[in-house]
Amino acid sequence: MAKNGLDEALEDKMSAHTSDDDAHFAGSNRLFISVWVWLLALTGFEVFLGYKQVPVVYMLVILMGVSLIKAALIIAYFMHLRFERLNLVLTIIPALVICICLMLLVFFPDSFRAKDLRSTGPPPAAAPAESR
Amino acid sequence: MVATEAQAIASDWGGGVHPYRVGHRKLGMWLFIMSDSLTFSALLIAYAYVRASNVWPTPFPFSPSIVFSSVMTLVLLSSSLTMVMAVSASSRGQKSAARTWILLTALLGVTFIVLHSLEWRHLYMEGLRPFAIPAEWAAKWPGATPLFGATFFGITGLHMFHVFTGCIYLLVVAGRVNKLNHEDVEISGLYWHFVDLVWMFVFPMIYLLSINMGK
Repeated sequence: MAKNGLDEALEDKMSAHTSDDDAHFAGSNRLFISVWVWLLALTGFEVFLGYKQVPVVYMLVILMGVSLIKAALIIAYFMHLRFERLNLVLTIIPALVICICLMLLVFFPDSFRAKDLRSTGPPPAAAPAESR
Repeated sequence: MVATEAQAIASDWGGGVHPYRVGHRKLGMWLFIMSDSLTFSALLIAYAYVRASNVWPTPFPFSPSIVFSSVMTLVLLSSSLTMVMAVSASSRGQKSAARTWILLTALLGVTFIVLHSLEWRHLYMEGLRPFAIPAEWAAKWPGATPLFGATFFGITGLHMFHVFTGCIYLLVVAGRVNKLNHEDVEISGLYWHFVDLVWMFVFPMIYLLSINMGK
């Protein structure tokens, strides 16, 4: 039976699959070692920063910024996501970022309200009861 | 007409193809990593909330806490490098080399657990408990919340559990590497790198933001 255009197109597409036995692994050892060196350098910078007298809010922002850079390096190169299809990247990353932002949106503003309510020392001693 | 229809049906999302060009097991691991990322994110956000809304002790001295945790970070980052070498060797069909790199990765994981256990022991001996802080800390930071121990042991404990299960996973993969295909090794690598990734946030939030400048 002669194949029509639909069958041929489907076969072409199927043959382009990644089967479980395919070994496609991009990136050289030199690249991975340079990523590792960058990660160590960024960690050293974080520890150095920890001993600087910086206001805690700035410290938090800088540390989280550096941690995000480190996370991006690990995901892109060690976890190989940079070499995967854009379909996969767009399925994983935006959903994760949106979920985390939603959690931050709900919880973090309330921590500033609670900060103003927190006690700064032991509770005051109870006043003696008035005698009648 | 036929060609247009064929293109439409045989597109990535038309069915019958793998739109992500990865196997179902690897996609499953990515989805697991997404869900586990949200677990750790929720824990770390809860930690930040509790910390911002309470008097929080900053008790970690340079030695042993910061030295230990920095070395632990170095060990985990190095284990990620050895894991990526294992995956690289596996992709070239060098099963023996892949096994060696995987075993080295598991060894570094065990080193991390040992160092972390020593750090826990040090804090326990100092008097830190899941729901109580040492009397010395309470005197130094009046009104400090006892939740310090709960968040510290909870978050680092869950991470250490992931490292422990990761070591077992890697040992199983190393033992069966000749029977497994490349993608199986790659999937175990994804899990291990995720464990490393989580520590990149736990280390600064738990340790570096609680350094005791006086020591």
